[in-house]
Amino acid sequence: MPTVTMTVNGKKVSGEVEARTLLVQFLRENLHLTGTHVGCDTSQCGACVVHINGDSAKSCSMLAVQAEGTEVTTIEGLANGDELHPMQAAFKEHHGLQCGFCTPGMVMSAVDLVKKKPKASEHEIREWLEGNICRCTGYHNIVKAIQHAQQTM
Amino acid sequence: MYAFDYHKPSSVADAIAVLKKADDGTFVAGGMTLIPTLKQRLAQPSDLIDLGGVKELVGITVSGNTVTIGAMTTHAAVAKSAEVAKAIPALAALAGGIGDPQVRNRGTIGGSVANNDPAADYPAACLALGATIKTDKREVKADDFFTGLFETDLAEDEVIVSVSFPTADKAAYMKFDNPASRYALVGVFVAKTAGGAKVAVTGAGQNGVFRVPEMEKALSANWSADAVAGLKVNAGTLNADIHASADYRAHLITVMAKRAVAAAG
Repeated sequence: MPTVTMTVNGKKVSGEVEARTLLVQFLRENLHLTGTHVGCDTSQCGACVVHINGDSAKSCSMLAVQAEGTEVTTIEGLANGDELHPMQAAFKEHHGLQCGFCTPGMVMSAVDLVKKKPKASEHEIREWLEGNICRCTGYHNIVKAIQHAQQTM
Repeated sequence: MYAFDYHKPSSVADAIAVLKKADDGTFVAGGMTLIPTLKQRLAQPSDLIDLGGVKELVGITVSGNTVTIGAMTTHAAVAKSAEVAKAIPALAALAGGIGDPQVRNRGTIGGSVANNDPAADYPAACLALGATIKTDKREVKADDFFTGLFETDLAEDEVIVSVSFPTADKAAYMKFDNPASRYALVGVFVAKTAGGAKVAVTGAGQNGVFRVPEMEKALSANWSADAVAGLKVNAGTLNADIHASADYRAHLITVMAKRAVAAAG
């Protein structure tokens, strides 16, 4: 079996995986980082979004071996100890979630947006969230939370 | 997903050598179609040859009137390229509208063109702008490259190196996307080039992307939305599925063509 090595949330990790192991499986099953969710398994819902070298990507649509040598950030890597990341704090403040299943992916996608387009308009925020599906239909507060985080990030 | 052996060569030559040795190997570019396909067990390659380690396939160069995009360049890189936006704004805009941000961060132009999904965006740009697809063996004109649904002129062991787009006087792409999948239900790319106007349609054809000679003739004589307003593609050649009837797609082609010409100015 191939050995894969990457940096996850600042820590160097490696493991033996089958080539067909998805990155999300490696994160959840090998590293027990279960904050990254699998929602649809068809690349549409975005619950599995993580950052690969700073860019958001769907970890259910890439292999663990494809992440060899990369820097991966998951939802667990955002907070600074007990202090929530400004995006997490904004989601909490604006109640940007109902059941919470989509939240890790929403937050990771939103952080990528604010880094790349700090002044995105409401319309641009909604367009950016095209790859993140919330089945509680909580988009309104999610957008509000992201607008708040634009000020605090 | 069925098991396979994974390879990550660092040159095109090595990638081809690995493929030739494999029983039933396949290349993977960004994997935005292939990985989901493997997950559904709709494909069972013996070997997966990842082109993600081939640095020579990444990059954008603009020289004179030609924009050349390396096959492994992501949609996000094309969308944010100031050079592309200056030379062919419609192409940068098209790249910025593919899939969603996460797909654009992984998906590549070479993968999109080689896969030739009948609803993919890039093939329309290739046809309308008169692109040239460069492989490790030869150069192929876009008109000869896309041969049918998910079919291209590529040989099994042939790798796309880059796609070159000549600039156009005016160009724009308009798509009506499926509200659920965001794939193009109909996408129309129009270009006013030195050799006349060109119109390419994706998402609608039974055999994938195609050009519309009647609209090209009308626009070559009179570049205006009115020139195509009365022209309709024969619905008999179009897809019909649960998302849209062939008649509706025919209607949308005219509407998108008008909007694209108007947007191109």
